[in-house]
Amino acid sequence: MRVNFTVNGRQQEADDVWEGESLLYVLRERMGLPGSKNACEQGECGSCTVRLDGVPVCSCLVAAGQVEGREVVTVEGLADFAAHRSEAHPGSGCASGACGTTLDQARRWEAGPSGEQPRDTGELSPIQQAFIDAGAVQCGFCTPGLLVAADELLERNPEPSDADIREALSGNLCRCTGYEKILDAVRLAAARAEETV
Amino acid sequence: MGVTGSPTNIHQGTRTRGGIGESTLRPDGILKVTGEFAYSSDMWHEDMLWGHTLRSTVAHAEIVSIDTSEALATPGVHAVLTYDDLPTSVKNYGLEIQDTPVLAHGKARHHGEPVALVAADHPETARRAAAKIRIDYRELPVITDEASATAPDAILVHEGRSDHHAGHVPHPNIVHRQPIVRGDADAAAARADVIVSGEYVFGMQDQAFLGPESGLAVPAEDGGVDLYVATQWLHSDLRQIAPVLGLPEDKVRMTLSGVGGAFGGREDLSMQIHACLLALRTGKPVKIVYNRFESFFGHVHRHPAKLWYEHGATRDGKLTHMKCRIVLDGGAYASASPAVVGNASSLSVGPYVIDDVDIEAIALYTNNPPCGAMRGFGAVQACFAYEAQMDKLAAELGMDPVEFRQLNAMEQGTLLPTGQVVDSPAPVAELLRRVKARPLPPERQWEVAGEQADVRALPGGLSNTTHGEGVVRGIGYAVGLKNVGFSEGFDDYSTARVRMEIVGGEPVVTVHTAMAEVGQGGVTVHAQIARTELGVAQVTIHPADTQVGSAGSTSASRQTYVTGGAVKHSCEAVREKVLEIGRRKFGTYHPAWATAELLLEDGKVVTDGGEVLADLADVLEDEAVDIELEWRHRPTEAFDLRTGQGNGHVQYSFAAHRAVVEVDTELGLVKVIELACAQDVGKALNPLSVEGQIQGGTTQGLGVAVMEEIIVDPKTAKVRNPSFTDYLIPTILDTPTIPVDVLELADDHAPYGLRGIGEAPTLSSTPAVLAAIRNATGLELNRTPVRPEHLTGT
Repeated sequence: MRVNFTVNGRQQEADDVWEGESLLYVLRERMGLPGSKNACEQGECGSCTVRLDGVPVCSCLVAAGQVEGREVVTVEGLADFAAHRSEAHPGSGCASGACGTTLDQARRWEAGPSGEQPRDTGELSPIQQAFIDAGAVQCGFCTPGLLVAADELLERNPEPSDADIREALSGNLCRCTGYEKILDAVRLAAARAEETV
Repeated sequence: MGVTGSPTNIHQGTRTRGGIGESTLRPDGILKVTGEFAYSSDMWHEDMLWGHTLRSTVAHAEIVSIDTSEALATPGVHAVLTYDDLPTSVKNYGLEIQDTPVLAHGKARHHGEPVALVAADHPETARRAAAKIRIDYRELPVITDEASATAPDAILVHEGRSDHHAGHVPHPNIVHRQPIVRGDADAAAARADVIVSGEYVFGMQDQAFLGPESGLAVPAEDGGVDLYVATQWLHSDLRQIAPVLGLPEDKVRMTLSGVGGAFGGREDLSMQIHACLLALRTGKPVKIVYNRFESFFGHVHRHPAKLWYEHGATRDGKLTHMKCRIVLDGGAYASASPAVVGNASSLSVGPYVIDDVDIEAIALYTNNPPCGAMRGFGAVQACFAYEAQMDKLAAELGMDPVEFRQLNAMEQGTLLPTGQVVDSPAPVAELLRRVKARPLPPERQWEVAGEQADVRALPGGLSNTTHGEGVVRGIGYAVGLKNVGFSEGFDDYSTARVRMEIVGGEPVVTVHTAMAEVGQGGVTVHAQIARTELGVAQVTIHPADTQVGSAGSTSASRQTYVTGGAVKHSCEAVREKVLEIGRRKFGTYHPAWATAELLLEDGKVVTDGGEVLADLADVLEDEAVDIELEWRHRPTEAFDLRTGQGNGHVQYSFAAHRAVVEVDTELGLVKVIELACAQDVGKALNPLSVEGQIQGGTTQGLGVAVMEEIIVDPKTAKVRNPSFTDYLIPTILDTPTIPVDVLELADDHAPYGLRGIGEAPTLSSTPAVLAAIRNATGLELNRTPVRPEHLTGT
C-alpha cells in the first residue's frame, strides 16, 4: 500500500508498505530516519516516541496505515519543531537556541571538537542542548524518545516539579544513567526557558 | 611493541583546556541528541537482505530432522542455512571454551538456541519463512540445578569434554571449581562467640541494554566480509568469527557501530557469525536486528546463584572466620563462567579482614539459559550474601551495622584470602562513614506538599494504592569489593595509535583505538588524555575498528585504566618524538631545549617555567608523528586450583551505599526513597561521567533488588518472561535520588592514579536495598529480587 503523511513538516510518501509494518519501521527503513529507536518494539520502552498530531506515541505500536494524512515529528525534526513553536508562541520557551547567558555557560562547558564537525549549538533545541550539558546521554539509545517526551512535557508544563518530570517520563526506559542526569537536563531546560521570559 | 607499563608520573601539565579532571562533554553527544548517531541497528545498504534466526522451542532435545524445503521455496527468500551448511570444520565458538555451536548440531541444549538462519528481502518474509522450517525434536530430561546436574545418572550437557577445566572438576556438568583455603576456619570457629549462617538465592538478571543485538555484514570483492556491529571487544569477536567462516582475520574487517549499552551482554557473539554466513552465501549485504523477545535469548545473563555462608565473630565484634560455598548456574554453554567462578571465590570475603577462610565456588552446566558476563561479574552475588551476613552478625552482637563493618574493614595492606596484599588505598570504613553521615531524607515526604498526599511519592505510586496507611520506613547499608581489569594471569593489554600533525596551521591529534564505546564515555576520556599529554585542543577520535591492535574488552571496569593507559603511553611517545624533532631544528637557538624540562601546552613547546620555545606548527611543519604502541598493566597470576592462592587481581574498587526505603506492608510494595553512594575513584578523569557511571550502576543494583528476574520454569527450563512487559527494569518512577560522594585516593600503580569505577556501585546497591527492606519489615529475606509476596507472605 501507499501511505502519505507529513514528517517533520515535509510531505512524504511511502510505497510498497506491507500492511503489518509499523510507523517505526517506515520511518527507520523506508524514510531514512533511524533516529527513532527500536529498543523493544512492544510499546514498553519509549525509545521510539514521536509526536503524532502533537501527541507523544510509541511509533512501534502505530500501524503505518494509521498515519495517512497525519503529521509526525521525530527527533530529527525536534530542533525545527521547537524553533517554530517559539516563533508562534514567543516567550513560551527557549526554543530559538539563543538563550543568553545560559548558552554561554553551555559553551564554556563544551569540549573541543572531537571526532565530528563542530556545529552551531543554535541548531539544537533547548532540551537537546540540556541533555548534552547535563550529562544525560550515555549510550544514547533512549535519548531520542526521551527528548521527544521531555519536549512535550515542557511545552504543556514549562515549570514541572520533579514528580511531574518523573510522571511524564515514566514511559521511557533508560538503562545507563539511573535517570538523575536526565532529571537534571529537564530542570536545566526549564530553568533556561524561565530566564529568557 | 609489548612495552610493559611502569607507573608514569604526571610531568605533563594539564593547563590545556579540556584535559583530564574536567567534565568535558561527549564528542558523540550532538549526534546522539539529533538522532544521527549510527547504531548497529541503523545500518542500511542498498540491496540488503534481512537475516532471521530460528531458535529452539525446547530446552533439551535431540534434533532428529530439519526440513527447510518449504522455507526455501518461499518467494523473497534467498538462503536458509543449518549446521550442515557451515563452511569449515570449525563449527563452535566461545570466549574461553569453544563449546557453543554456531547452529545447533544434533542437540539443542537450551531454550532459544539458534538452529537455522533465513535471509529474505523483508524481515517479515524472513520470519514467516523461518516458521515454515520443520524441526523434529526428541525431548530429553532437563538439568536445571546442582542436584540434577551432579546426580549419578545425570545426562552430560557436554559429552567428551576436553577443555582445560575438564581435568580438575569433580563432575563433567561442573564447568569450573575454585576453592580458596587460608588459615584454619574450623579452629577459628572455636574462638567465635557468635556464629551466623545463611543460605541465599540470587535471581537471574538480564543486562537489558536498550540497543538490540544487530549489525550488517557486507560481502567484499576479495572474498572477505566487512562487518558493522555493536560489541564490547572487536578483536575477541574477530578471533571467534574468522575460523568459522574459513577466512584469514584480515579478510574479516570489523568496524564498531553505535552500541546501545552492553553491561557484559555483548562479550559473547550473537548475530556476528550468522550475518557473515548469510552474506557470504547470498553475495548480498545482510542485516540482522533482534527484537526484544529475541534479545532475551540472544545474549547470556547474570549467573543466578545459591550461596551458603557461615561467619563467626568474637563478643567484641571482630570477625573470626568465614566459610562459604557459591553455586553459580552457568546454563548450557561456558561463556565467561570460569572467570566468574574465579571472581566469586576470590571476592567472596568482601572488603573485610578475615584470616581464616574456607571457600568454594563452582559453575554448573545445565539446560538453563547460558550465563556469563554482567556488570559486577561474580562479585555481585557474593556481596548480596556477605552483606546480609554482616547485618545478621551485628544484630547478634547488638552492634550498629555500620560500626561493625568499620571494625572489620579492609584497608591498605590487608592480606586477602588469596594471599594478595591490597597495596593501594582501600577506604572502606571512610566510605561507610560518608554515606552514614549524610542527612536522612524527611519522613513521610508525601505529606510535605500539604494535606493532600502526593501519591507519586508513595509505594504503589500512581496506582494510588495507599495514602500512607501500612507504610513503614527502613534504612540499610552495604559495601562491596570488586576487582578491576582481567585477572588470573590473563595478558590484559591494550593498543593505541596516536598521530599528531599540522592541519591548517594548527596542531591536530588523532587517537585510534579498537575500544568499544558502549556509552561509558571512553571516547570523551581519550580526548581528554590526549589534550593533557600533548597540549593540543583539537583531538579527533578515529572510529574503532580492527585496523589497529586490540584494545581488550569494554568490561571489568578496565577501559579507562587499560586503553586510557595505552592512549597516555602512546601520547608520551609522540611527545618525546615531537620534542626530539624540536631539539633537532631549534636546539641550537635556545639552551632550554637541552636543559629544561619541556612540556606541550596550548599548541606550543614550553619550559616548565612557562617560557615558550616554539609553536608545534613550526616544529612539525609537514611532518606527522604517528605511533602505535601496546600497553600493559602489571601482570597477575592464576589462582592455585587447590588452595586459591595467587596475586590474581590488578586493582580493587570499593563503593558503599545507604538505602532508605518505604514499604507498604499490606501490599508488599517497596519505594526506594534515596540510594546514596560513596565511591573511591582514584582520580575522576571526567567527574560528570563518573557520577553517571555510579548512578547507572546503582540503579541496576536497585533493579535486581526489587524487580528484575528472568523466570525459568524449573520443569521445562523454558524462559517465561522474555519481554519488557514481564521483565521489569527500573523506570524513572522506580529510581530514587542518588546522591554521589566521590573520593579520589590515588592508586600509584594506575595511570593518573585512577581506579576502575563502572562495576563497584552495582555490588553494594542491591544488599543496601535488601537491608533497608529487612529493617523496615523485620523479615529475613534471603533471596533477591524481593517480590510483593515475599513481604506479605501470601
